[in-house]
Amino acid sequence: MSAHAESLHDHHGPPEANQSSRVDARTLGMLLFIGSEIMLFGSFFAAYFFVRVVNPSAPAEWPPPPYEFPVFVAGVNTCILVTSSFTMHWALQSIKRGQRAGFLAGMVLTFVMGLAFLCTQVIEYLNVGFNTGDGAFASVFFGLTGLHGAHVAVGLSLLLMVIIRGSRGHFSPEHHHGVELPGIYWHFVDVMWIVVYATVYLL
Amino acid sequence: MENPFRSEAAAFRFLLITIGAFALIVVASLISTTLGIVVWLLLSGAAVWVYLSQRGAAPEREHVEHVGGPDEHRVLVVANETLGGDELLSAISTLALTKAARFLVVCPALNSRLKTWTSDEDPARAAAQDRLDATLTRLASVEINVRGEVGDSDPLVAIEDAMRTFHPDEVVISTHPPGKSNWLESGIVESVRVRFDVPVTHVVVDLDSRS
Repeated sequence: MSAHAESLHDHHGPPEANQSSRVDARTLGMLLFIGSEIMLFGSFFAAYFFVRVVNPSAPAEWPPPPYEFPVFVAGVNTCILVTSSFTMHWALQSIKRGQRAGFLAGMVLTFVMGLAFLCTQVIEYLNVGFNTGDGAFASVFFGLTGLHGAHVAVGLSLLLMVIIRGSRGHFSPEHHHGVELPGIYWHFVDVMWIVVYATVYLL
Repeated sequence: MENPFRSEAAAFRFLLITIGAFALIVVASLISTTLGIVVWLLLSGAAVWVYLSQRGAAPEREHVEHVGGPDEHRVLVVANETLGGDELLSAISTLALTKAARFLVVCPALNSRLKTWTSDEDPARAAAQDRLDATLTRLASVEINVRGEVGDSDPLVAIEDAMRTFHPDEVVISTHPPGKSNWLESGIVESVRVRFDVPVTHVVVDLDSRS
């Protein structure tokens, strides 16, 4: 036992916020953000389904000949991104257990895989053989995958901040919100990619 | 229904479900378009059924994750008027002696409903803070590792807040004896036992017997 007693009202600075919600305020903020993101993606999917299904002049084949989507490369990319969610989960579990090496390794692996996904997508764009002016299908293809790519880029920025903070000794089993929230965002980005890949590339 | 993005772990589970669901849809679609639509409809129906069956139901029992070292034992102590009671201090001392325990004492700022609605919380919080300070001083004098905070006016919300910020391994709730305790009337102890998978110790403090 140690002589240590403190009352939270003794700290300097503004008073502690009185929590009265079952959801932490920062987590709630991330939830609201993701809610708005789902609506944003929803609008892009609405455009996609209109172009592909509802539009009377929608092409019978998807994508319209002679164009083709790089399904295999995108599939490999999907595997990379999904794997990065596992490493993200591992990183968070590690910091919750106080294992800093596992936490940092998981974060770096997640970042590297996310970067690989983004680079592969850029290379895919350069070699896909059509551009945004080649029809509505091309517009929605670049729109949806580009929107997702932008989210991956934002996610990478968050991951990079976590890595920098983590390497400076930040985060602990008690204080890891800065890891948890980018983790939620990263899984959301993954979920959206599963939907994008399945609907745009495969179906 | 629980939000799938409530936490990183929940979001990760949702990702796995999404992968499984879309894998089924894609495989079925590759076999036959009709089969793909049928699988999609079935999965959508299942999702709606899960949503409707969970809507309005009592919250599921929550797992309170252990944080900190393997030997660390965190104890959440919740009390208000009984905070300085000998029975409670004795229970805390016993725990401190038997385990390498860290304590968080939460004192809900109990208030009348009318005062809560009109945001007249300051006197209640000040009174709770006074009780808390006195108890912390007393515990510090016997070298117990303890910190404290004033909680929400609803004791159950105050406990839920502490569950998320402190991750206790054990909860000690102190109340007046049956018949004198509003907390027992409202079933706080049972609610905490049902809602969280941590051991709950109920300490009864009879302040009247001392006077």
